[in-house]
Amino acid sequence: MNTVECPECSAEISLDASVEAGEIIVCPECGVDLEVISLAPLAVELAPMEEEDWGE
Amino acid sequence: MQKRPRIGVLYSRVRVEEKWIFAAMERRGIDYERLDDREIFFDLDHPEYWLQFDAILERSISYTNGLYALRILNAWGIPTVNKASVAEACGDKLTTSAALNRAGIPQPRNLMAFTPESALEAIETLGYPVVLKPVVGSWGRLLAKINDRDAAEAVLEHKATLGSYQHSVFYIQEYIEKPDRDIRAIVIGDERCGAISAITAMYRKSPHWITNTARGAEGELCPLNPELEEICVKAGQAVGGGVLAVDVIEHPQRGYLVNEINHTMEFHTVQPLSGIDIGDKIVEYVVQVARKHRR
Repeated sequence: MNTVECPECSAEISLDASVEAGEIIVCPECGVDLEVISLAPLAVELAPMEEEDWGE
Repeated sequence: MQKRPRIGVLYSRVRVEEKWIFAAMERRGIDYERLDDREIFFDLDHPEYWLQFDAILERSISYTNGLYALRILNAWGIPTVNKASVAEACGDKLTTSAALNRAGIPQPRNLMAFTPESALEAIETLGYPVVLKPVVGSWGRLLAKINDRDAAEAVLEHKATLGSYQHSVFYIQEYIEKPDRDIRAIVIGDERCGAISAITAMYRKSPHWITNTARGAEGELCPLNPELEEICVKAGQAVGGGVLAVDVIEHPQRGYLVNEINHTMEFHTVQPLSGIDIGDKIVEYVVQVARKHRR
């Protein structure tokens, strides 16, 4: 089962099988942005905060 | 048989756009490598690692990181999408305006000043309201619609006092009473690889004067017409071409005005709306650039 624990609110989050390293997901319970930092083992951490020069 | 080109994709985070780009690379059987911009470094005396790539697609989320990477790669002669000169022209709104101005592309009136006092004087030559924008920034961040002199004085002082030095380059734009929407057109191509063309466009609709989808605007397909296509292609050429998103305002009297051009555009809204696989179009273009380089 592809599940991880939200480091912010401890919610258990189920991830799609097609999830990729580097992908940003949103915790469905607390809404925080999480980055998938590894696939094996599956791990997430809080995503970097938006910087002033980020964009398109 | 021609050897497959090797492509690098420089990225910061895997957004849906990057997933579509990677998927297109894999579908096409392209030899590519994912390059996380947080993990790389450049040794200016040793470009060997980077010279394995026939082209590099830059998708950094940080304008600064992407720009400096492109400068180094281009200095080593490695083709990039986009070119460093294109990122320079698009990433700074004032530089974009200057390029559009030089090419005679219709755009809103833009003024620049370096002090709050001269900025106030400049604003009053336009009359209120005006829009203040940071020269570098995206997703509609830190835009200010200034409705009167009191607001102008306050915002100018705040920018000069609280912002970095770059916020004291005051970029002042006339405010345009547009319909509750603007237009985003996707333009791909340059002199390296055949014709440049607008491949699709969408309206970004919002009752708010800021119509970025990052700020909640909704997309709706915008049919391309010859006039829109022409201004978008010319705008793309004015900044050097490549893979671009041209943002256009519809002025009630003056018609289409080019507002901004994005060089690492997001297309999560326009791709499903248009049914065009923009990720694949980008990959197709990057491969063309790479093959051209190999000859």
